[in-house]
Amino acid sequence: MTVDSNDLYAGTGEATEGTVYTAMGGGDWADIATEQAERGDEVLVINMGPQHPSTHGVLRLMVECDGETVTSIRPGIGFLHTGIEKNMEYRSWTQGTTFVTRMDYVAPLFNEAAYCLSVERLLGIEDKIPQRANDIRVLVMELCRIASHLIAIGTGGMEIGALTVMTIGFREREIILDFLEALTGLRMNHAYIRPGGVAIDLPETGIAQLRDLISWMEKHLPEYAAFCNENPIFKGRMVGIGYQDLSACFALGVTGPILRSAGYAWDLRKQQPYCGYETYDFDVITWDTADAYGRFRVRLDEMWESLKIVKQATDRLEASIGQPVMVDDPKIAWPATLALGPDGQGNSHEHIKHIMGESMEALIHHFKLVTEGFRVPPGQAYVPIESPKGELACHVVSDGGTKPFRAHMRDPGFNHLQSVPIQCEGGMLADIVVAIGSLDPVMGGVDR
Amino acid sequence: MSPESLPGEEKSVSKPVTDVEAAPKAGVEREDAQPDPILTPAVPEQQQPVATRKGMWSEGTGDTSGYSRIVRATDWPAPSDPPFGSWYDQVHARLATLVPDPYSKVVLDRGELTFHIPREKLTEVMQALRDDALLRFEFCASVSGVHYPDDAGAELHVAYHLQSMTHNRRLRVEVSCPDADPHVPSVVAIYPAADWHERETWDMFGIIFDGHPHLTRILMPDDWVGHPQRKDYPLGGIPIEYKGATVPPVDERRSYR
Repeated sequence: MTVDSNDLYAGTGEATEGTVYTAMGGGDWADIATEQAERGDEVLVINMGPQHPSTHGVLRLMVECDGETVTSIRPGIGFLHTGIEKNMEYRSWTQGTTFVTRMDYVAPLFNEAAYCLSVERLLGIEDKIPQRANDIRVLVMELCRIASHLIAIGTGGMEIGALTVMTIGFREREIILDFLEALTGLRMNHAYIRPGGVAIDLPETGIAQLRDLISWMEKHLPEYAAFCNENPIFKGRMVGIGYQDLSACFALGVTGPILRSAGYAWDLRKQQPYCGYETYDFDVITWDTADAYGRFRVRLDEMWESLKIVKQATDRLEASIGQPVMVDDPKIAWPATLALGPDGQGNSHEHIKHIMGESMEALIHHFKLVTEGFRVPPGQAYVPIESPKGELACHVVSDGGTKPFRAHMRDPGFNHLQSVPIQCEGGMLADIVVAIGSLDPVMGGVDR
Repeated sequence: MSPESLPGEEKSVSKPVTDVEAAPKAGVEREDAQPDPILTPAVPEQQQPVATRKGMWSEGTGDTSGYSRIVRATDWPAPSDPPFGSWYDQVHARLATLVPDPYSKVVLDRGELTFHIPREKLTEVMQALRDDALLRFEFCASVSGVHYPDDAGAELHVAYHLQSMTHNRRLRVEVSCPDADPHVPSVVAIYPAADWHERETWDMFGIIFDGHPHLTRILMPDDWVGHPQRKDYPLGGIPIEYKGATVPPVDERRSYR
């Protein structure tokens, strides 16, 4: 058997294929098992997914096992590829937010923020975003981070049998989604953060709802630590599993809680602040075990740090009620204002009256922006932000037109799945789901 | 007041025109139209425009706006010369001492430094950027392709986004290759993180990364024909009938450009 010397990952003398066993012809597993035992060739090839409940969506894993020990694992992705980046090239810059929000659907507001920050850099309006808009962005991003970590912890727990962690995780997440629904009109796929600011200001009851949310979280977040931190079964499944040290993280482009669980306090909110994160008081959580348990603890503690930021943002928003939430540039700022009507959100009657009866300029801006959109000066930008999973960035290229010339999302999950082999090979078959769960990939973001 | 001297009358077309050639035509600018500095930005002379946009509307749709003959060249950020300020000069000079003549173009735009590198030197440059203590871009965050059909001889670009965690700096390295010879050396041996990114760029743009250990499609099915994110690849879609009217698919719909 020749091994291609160009294959950096190939082992020496590996056979590329062996006997393929199948029970298709009405065969009996007992016969196959007997035949396999007689061969002495213990390699068992297992195809996990793409429809496997423990793979966080449509992730396919091609596993080779010797007994229950994983000798080789290769992830296969692309089953949720929806051509979002291509589609964005045919829609206006503002419509782009409705596409990116569907990528990593567990943390949609981060996709919008990364995209909008990139577009704003191209437009050269980074310094002109109103303070209140930035505070709202920080608020919704941190709420979204808590929701995303709850999913990561909850589904990760469910996969190892800790079902209660999942049920209470979704209970807390529901509180956050209720607030986001009151704010944006939708529980997910918000399209709320727009180039230039945010779509709509907080509702009148927003601050009160936030205070309720904070007190709810303060009451219930300790439950996770009480359920899991010292739980012997939980620790037995998590400690030492999915080990990936710092050099492997660097080599494979791994960021976020996985990098921080390896002991490196790298957080873009601190290192390369955006949206005014440098003015908030919070800590970067690290752990020193570089395993699935460490990532769980990092996520758990990060939720508390996010809650700290949410509190500070709430205070600031309470103090700045009435200030603008969109850039003061009628050629960029989406002109429509929304109001809460009896049938949900719709155009504000005051706004309709203004553009139809009072101001011709307002009508022209409305018409031009809604039909044509704004033009973005040519160039390219890459703005990274710290999403719950790691470095999320958007590389946008403009040719000066009303639509993105190219938009590419650098999703952290895409990189993290590359580290599945290094975390799982040599381990047990049952630990694959623990390692994958600790990576927290969302296939919508991975495949785009 | 004489009716002959009404203001703006010289622009009026209400008088019968005897000469057919002089009559205004649809889609043709009138002689008295003033050039609009916003609509026709100046093209830097030293730079070849790599993208142009003609008229107001997307390709293949009727243009009744009167602007159909306007050709707007894309005014890409011009190349920059040192000194750039900040840490950029240090990195720029250091790389030039490690690799002879590495730059085909350096662009500093909106605070982002881009090194355009000839593709023959890519691996050498990347190795130096990663290993040198003064550069130390130890982290390759992203690789993404861009297709510029108008950039003759360099239609396909690859942008590598590097991150130095040691120095907290970001750098973009960009290489290009012609459509007829879409080969770029792989950097997987230097940055293993680029593995899947290069596979995606091959999948989406058809750029072949020489030396990649396993250059196969990653997002599209293995038997897919074509590379979907190239500009000559249609978005696809079918017309939708709604209440008797037909709405064309989005890439054939008339839209502003």
